[in-house]
Amino acid sequence: MDYETVIGLEIHVQLLTQSKMFCGCSTRFGAPPNTQTCPVCLGLPGSLPVINRRAVELGLRAALVLNCTVHPSSQFHRKNYYYPDLPKNYQISQYQYLEHPPLATDGYLDIEVDGQRRRVGIRRVHLEEDTGRLVHPAEGAVSWVDYNRSGVPLMEIVTYPDLRSPQEARAFLLKLRQVLQYAEVSTGRMEEGTLRCDANVSLRRPGEPLGTRTEVKNMNSIRSVERALAYEVARQREVLERGGAVVQETRHWDERRGITFASRSKEEAEDYRYFPEPDLVPVEVTPEWLEEVRRSLPELPDARRDRIMAQYGLGRYDAELLVQTRATADFFEAAVAAHPSPKSIANWMLGDLSAYLNEHNLEIDQLRVTPGQLAELVRLVEEGTISGRIAKDVLVEMLETGDSPRSIVDRRGWVQIADEGALRETVEAVIRDHPEPVRDVQAGKEKAIAFLVGQVMRRTQGRANPALVQRLLRERLGLPPQG
Amino acid sequence: MRELVGRPYHEIRPRLGKDLSVRELVDAYLENIARLDGQVRAYLTVSADQARAQARELDDRLARGEPLPPLAGVPVAVKDNLCTRGVRTTCGSRILEPFVPPYDATAVQRLREAGAVLLGKTNLDEFAMGSSTENSGFFATRNPWRLDHVPGGSSGGSAAAVAAGEALAALGSDTGGSIRQPASLCGVVGLKPTYGRVSRYGLVAFASSLDQIGPLSLDVRDCALVLQAICGRDPHDSTSVDLPVPDFVASLEAGVRGVRVGVPAEFFGEGLQPEVRQAVLEAVRVLEGLGARVEEVALPTLEYALPTYYLIACAEASSNLARYDGVAYGYRSPRAHDLYTLYARTRAEGFGPEVKRRIMLGTFALSEGYYEGFYKKAQQVRTLVRRDFDRCFQTVDVLATPTSPVAGFRLGERTADPLQMYLADVYTIPVNLAGLPGISVPCGFVEGLPVGLQLVGRPFEEATVLRVAYAYEQATEWHRHRCPLLRA
Repeated sequence: MDYETVIGLEIHVQLLTQSKMFCGCSTRFGAPPNTQTCPVCLGLPGSLPVINRRAVELGLRAALVLNCTVHPSSQFHRKNYYYPDLPKNYQISQYQYLEHPPLATDGYLDIEVDGQRRRVGIRRVHLEEDTGRLVHPAEGAVSWVDYNRSGVPLMEIVTYPDLRSPQEARAFLLKLRQVLQYAEVSTGRMEEGTLRCDANVSLRRPGEPLGTRTEVKNMNSIRSVERALAYEVARQREVLERGGAVVQETRHWDERRGITFASRSKEEAEDYRYFPEPDLVPVEVTPEWLEEVRRSLPELPDARRDRIMAQYGLGRYDAELLVQTRATADFFEAAVAAHPSPKSIANWMLGDLSAYLNEHNLEIDQLRVTPGQLAELVRLVEEGTISGRIAKDVLVEMLETGDSPRSIVDRRGWVQIADEGALRETVEAVIRDHPEPVRDVQAGKEKAIAFLVGQVMRRTQGRANPALVQRLLRERLGLPPQG
Repeated sequence: MRELVGRPYHEIRPRLGKDLSVRELVDAYLENIARLDGQVRAYLTVSADQARAQARELDDRLARGEPLPPLAGVPVAVKDNLCTRGVRTTCGSRILEPFVPPYDATAVQRLREAGAVLLGKTNLDEFAMGSSTENSGFFATRNPWRLDHVPGGSSGGSAAAVAAGEALAALGSDTGGSIRQPASLCGVVGLKPTYGRVSRYGLVAFASSLDQIGPLSLDVRDCALVLQAICGRDPHDSTSVDLPVPDFVASLEAGVRGVRVGVPAEFFGEGLQPEVRQAVLEAVRVLEGLGARVEEVALPTLEYALPTYYLIACAEASSNLARYDGVAYGYRSPRAHDLYTLYARTRAEGFGPEVKRRIMLGTFALSEGYYEGFYKKAQQVRTLVRRDFDRCFQTVDVLATPTSPVAGFRLGERTADPLQMYLADVYTIPVNLAGLPGISVPCGFVEGLPVGLQLVGRPFEEATVLRVAYAYEQATEWHRHRCPLLRA
């Protein structure tokens, strides 16, 4: 009998605010240690927190795109524990406690795996503050604390245990990242720590109650979440098949070794002694505010994909790729607006452009090429000014210099040779210099003509119009026009 | 310059810039501190140089003909749990002995902006936990009226400083009576504003949902003046309330004719010293004589107030005081050798016994399995206490009660028995639980020790409380008495 995999995720997302959750300090990443701090985020005696309205607004945006119920009044709590990266030795968080709900609860996000649509329940969305960062130098028996990150706004998203495979977990994270990026809530980059994910995983016989779960931590990319879960599922399966029992514990993912291992277990469960934060008043969300936030949300990826398919006549696969990020979809629609050839533009974007992005590990909004320039390139090809072959070289130069395709073509003299008189001379020369292939062609081996076309192209540095060359060669060698 | 000391500001102010400079006034107070504080021990830190510099600056402004700010030249003392930029702020605790804040508490900043001159920082029970100032991590303060008696607490240093002419006015903090009870024991005026009236930003938190900053002064008019300066919404404190602040001084003289004064029977029962009872009831008769209508009211939840308070205050304190860990500031144990001993030894060596007791009580009250029975239950009782007051205020405008059940007690008399010490605040604590404004004004003496009358009003009706207190004060002479030490 087989086991069913049950996975739930806890995701921490850094919100795209200018300032911290409870003070005015900057959230900019990479500043020298402890330069973005004040009495509040240092937890100095007497300091008090004040809620960042923008952070609540981003929380509301996330709650809406995750189809959650937003609570008109929610409360912050204190989570009490000692650690040197936590200056107050309590974290201000919206842990769901008793009668006090968090910002939003009970939503969902639809994902697709292998063509199957699945609905993943969202248990809750809440706001909290980040901790500082400990730095352990290689030398010396000291540790340093950098409080720049202390108080940076975080949103925690907790799913119901609705995921049934590591692949689904991966699909969920990709989808979550996509909608959060669309809603401009977060950059959602696991590699940069703006999205962090812990996973609860257990196995059970179908129809039976949930099995004992382990919590897997320390994954730093969506791929490593999938790998870690696959490892952990296999490990638990082996334990169960041996007749053993899964131990409820926290396990760390070791990316290099590709395994999870149990972290030092505490003697007893930690008691965080949650209680309502008396220094803050409840977060009140009026229906008017919520409506205002709802109105400011952009078109979400699924809706945009469907519209792009209908409006531009693209296939589902291409449309799906084009809406992968909001910036890609924006780029596409801006280019189409400049030159209405959606299919060609999509082909360029999903082909050469996408290859270049992957090769250089760039995002589309980091490109030097503008949508208008790509549109111009497509137009130059369609107008016959350059060949499709040359266009590839033009694009490479556009990507490197940021120059417009027109100016590159002019500078390089890459305008297509469509002058029959000029080409005839080259055709004569090629025929003269390659008697063998010419005989082959005349003997009926029509394929050999491709070689001759290639020679003409070579002598014109690719600028000849290939169709014209083909016609001239065939005329000259007495072949019927191509059908 | 001795004659300047111990006189209310409203008597001094007309002379400023004429026959009296701010510098002279401040020097007179600094001299009196030098003369008396060896006996009273009200101050933990005297910032004389900064005070003189500030006085000079004010004199320069006066010389330039600039208008006098409302508290120009008032030599003030500030309880040492209020952050003062560049001046050590210890909270009366060894654990914060080296701490110099980089910022001013909002109330301190507002005092400075109003022209007050900061003389120094006053002693308190460690982290404001106590009723006698004997829990200070440094030394005990004495009652200027009788040096073998306590000044009350936790704002004992501030109350003693005002009573001994070591400050013209002072700031204290009041979590369960810590302004009113020492004001009563030291024979001065002390007011706890409505919760939310004065910003708590920069007040080192003891119990966040109960703490309020307020003034201590020689009389009600000075009290109104200082309150005026520190009140009002502060964007740095989410719990500070955005309500208009009335002109407290302007409404002082409206009298009490027709004002309904409630006398809750529960505040006059067992445990009340008979002479105190007599003095307070006599004060009520004075108000009646002035045209107030007196009626008896009931506050049956009084008996639950004390345990409720200790659960809530200790629970919040256990979390508020977690930050004193030796990591980023304050005392760090030299005997720490890893993270655990850094925490454990720093806190074991830095905190005194009463603070430890309350941290443990509060930690327990919040622990899993006990939260419902203790912390949550206490919050529910707190709601009942609040409702009791609400009901009273449907029929009366103010409540009149004793501030303290006894006129005073000797140093060491109650230190061995925490419960006896806690009972010192039995009449003031319910007012904090309900978040109401309360004042203590002198209303008599028992064996040379002052007695205080407590007046409590509806939320944000400080003006009414001050007006009734002022009417009483003007009809009596108690507020003109000065302690023998100051007269000597």
